[in-house]
Amino acid sequence: MPKKFMGLTGPFLGLLLVILLFGVLEPSFLSTRNLMTVAIQTVIVGLGAIGMTFVIVSGGIDLSIGSVIALSSVVTALCARSGMSPAASVAAGVAAGGLCGALNGWLVTRLAIVPFIVTLGMMGIARGVAKWLSAEQTVTPSQEASDALAALAQKTATSPGIWLTIFLAVGMALVLKRTVFGTYTYALGSNEDTARLCGVPVERTKIWIYTLCGLFGGLGGVMTFARLSVGDPTTAIGTELNVIAAVVIGGASLGGGKGSILGSMVGALLMATLANGCNLTGVPNFVQEILIGSIIVAAVAMDRVRSRRG
Amino acid sequence: MSGVEKRFGGVVALGGVDLEVRVGEVHALLGENGAGKSTLMKVLSGAHAPDAGECTLGGELYAPTGPVDALERGVAMIYQELNLAPDLSVGQNVLLGREPRGALGWIRRDEARARVEKALAALGAEDLSPETLVRDLGPGQRQLVEIARALVEEARVIVLDEPTSSLSAKDTERLFEVVRRLTKKGVAVIYISHFLEEVQEIGDRFTVLRDGLTVGAGDVAGTSLDEIVSLMVGRSLDEFFPVVPHEPGEVLLELVGLAGEELPKEASLFLRRGEVLGIAGLVGAGRTELLRAVFALEPVRSGEARLGGVAAPARSPRERLNQGIGLLSEDRKGEGLALDLDLATNVTLSHMAPFAPLGWIRSGARAAAVGTWIERLGIRCTGAEQRMGDLSGGNQQKAALARLLHHDVDVLLLDEPTRGVDVGSKIEVYRAIGELAAAGKAVLVVSSYLPELFGICDRICVMHRGVLGAARRVSEWTEEEVMSEATRGVQEGVA
Repeated sequence: MPKKFMGLTGPFLGLLLVILLFGVLEPSFLSTRNLMTVAIQTVIVGLGAIGMTFVIVSGGIDLSIGSVIALSSVVTALCARSGMSPAASVAAGVAAGGLCGALNGWLVTRLAIVPFIVTLGMMGIARGVAKWLSAEQTVTPSQEASDALAALAQKTATSPGIWLTIFLAVGMALVLKRTVFGTYTYALGSNEDTARLCGVPVERTKIWIYTLCGLFGGLGGVMTFARLSVGDPTTAIGTELNVIAAVVIGGASLGGGKGSILGSMVGALLMATLANGCNLTGVPNFVQEILIGSIIVAAVAMDRVRSRRG
Repeated sequence: MSGVEKRFGGVVALGGVDLEVRVGEVHALLGENGAGKSTLMKVLSGAHAPDAGECTLGGELYAPTGPVDALERGVAMIYQELNLAPDLSVGQNVLLGREPRGALGWIRRDEARARVEKALAALGAEDLSPETLVRDLGPGQRQLVEIARALVEEARVIVLDEPTSSLSAKDTERLFEVVRRLTKKGVAVIYISHFLEEVQEIGDRFTVLRDGLTVGAGDVAGTSLDEIVSLMVGRSLDEFFPVVPHEPGEVLLELVGLAGEELPKEASLFLRRGEVLGIAGLVGAGRTELLRAVFALEPVRSGEARLGGVAAPARSPRERLNQGIGLLSEDRKGEGLALDLDLATNVTLSHMAPFAPLGWIRSGARAAAVGTWIERLGIRCTGAEQRMGDLSGGNQQKAALARLLHHDVDVLLLDEPTRGVDVGSKIEVYRAIGELAAAGKAVLVVSSYLPELFGICDRICVMHRGVLGAARRVSEWTEEEVMSEATRGVQEGVA
């Protein structure tokens, strides 16, 4: 096996194991319909994980993404309710996320505050703004507008949401591995001083990285709205931790310099599969939580053992 | 130790090493990076078990199971990167893990203090207060704390690994005094260093390793430097500073009264194409700060830099690189290289444009470009994809230099270009510098190693307490004059 995929064997095997296990326990788990459900459940965390991979590889963290998803779902719903076209509403939702991300990046670079604190602040700010804009209520646009967007999240093999996520994951994986921007992202996470010494535009690159993460959060918000058909300011509480967990299970290091989009996608799928399978087989919720928690720790532990041998 | 062998997989790290260290002597262990010194020391400290051969300590078979066991048997290692807790006091660090415990785990403070003071007194370091936080100490004092820690354990053998690489001349002198005190007490000191002059000053006997074998041993007093070097590299010293003919051309870089926030205080110089200019001086004189100020990594308070006669201000290293100025950092691991990334990324990070049209990298073209540098500089690696951190120090340094070559800068600011680099790689770095000058580049070298400056530079100037003296041709200096100016500044009445 090529060396660059070595780090992914653990998460991949885990995913296969979980799929096999549930497939044996509950044959309906492997039905097309259920697999599509899993896929659509992966979409929101998956989209967030694409952006988060860039942030974590660059040595940062974004705790605000759950709140950004909620804000974006509210903005999308408000725009749709005010009679804007579905496309314009989507654009507004995504843009709201991008704005939050850009602000994160700007604060991290200009004020030189650590990302943990900046995005912890943004977590509160974005959530608050979402509640403010929505007057602390769910926002319900017209049936017509909701239906148009709900098509994004349909559970069929032609679901645009699923294909969009796959398309973006592949595209951003190439960006991370094959472009100058991606290389700068790795360089920042591996050694910021080296990056500066080599003339990497450190501040500008960071602002772009956080903006990118915000944009993907925004897209996650649009998908949330598409699934719920309402804009909900209290949705996606704690989602930031699921997104971070997906990236970490996928082999990224919180210290930066390591990680891949493919890995993060496997991590997101693994968590969604586990949640879905547990529901189907009637495993109580708390067991699920214990399982996912254990997997996060196990994934990082395996990574440690491997790099020590390396 | 006799006939010690150690293999890692198919790689023979030690193929039969003999080392005999006597009570109360300073034994210099010499060899290029990769010669097997570190592996041998890991065997000695119990981190690795040897595959063959045996060790005896004081006549008894010595086979430690690990570093703690080794320490209990009286063998203490003091590494290049010191292992101290900066937020604990000197006393707490000295006793860390070996605190005298009373009932319920309370530390018996009086006894602890007495033991720390005894250890510090044995080093002649009574001026070091046990209450001071290690964070507030300089590198020399921190090293004393490490040695005191070994003494508390009543070490019979103390291994010093590159102990002076981050020390000033004064701290080095103090360390030597401490080493002499230790040997008088009957402690054997194994001294690993790249600085052969130091070995001549402090060493009693030496052993040279090459390619995992003991190739020579003897008394330091009866052996010349040339003989030791030729043992280490397996060739003669004549090739040490390769002569690459080069001719100075027009002035490229000019500094006019450059001053930083604290250092440098005042620096003026001119640097021509096809010329190597050296800056000598003591550690802390402001030489590194000067290079960093020129490269816009640190603010310039007054004065200016001119390029080709035109004032050339810059706000960021990025601008400097665009102007054709590159810096080789003295801190290779902390700043110079991204150790987790591969060789190709490290070499090309500053200049990816040639194989990245529209931002998309053509990895084949990049690998080809890096391949030529691997070949030209003789970087020993498994390929352009090898992780930087897995290369030896000398090859890492060549990679850092390759980045400047790849960027094709006109002015190279080289800060301690051969620090922590083995002799063989040093020669290759020297040759590369000579070839750069021959190709019409302007090279500014900061080094604390005088023979190096005399060996490779056309002109040398000296920095003293932040003020840069006038440059003179190498033939117009003696090493003594440089040292005198470095330690006392320019003396009145001296040209």
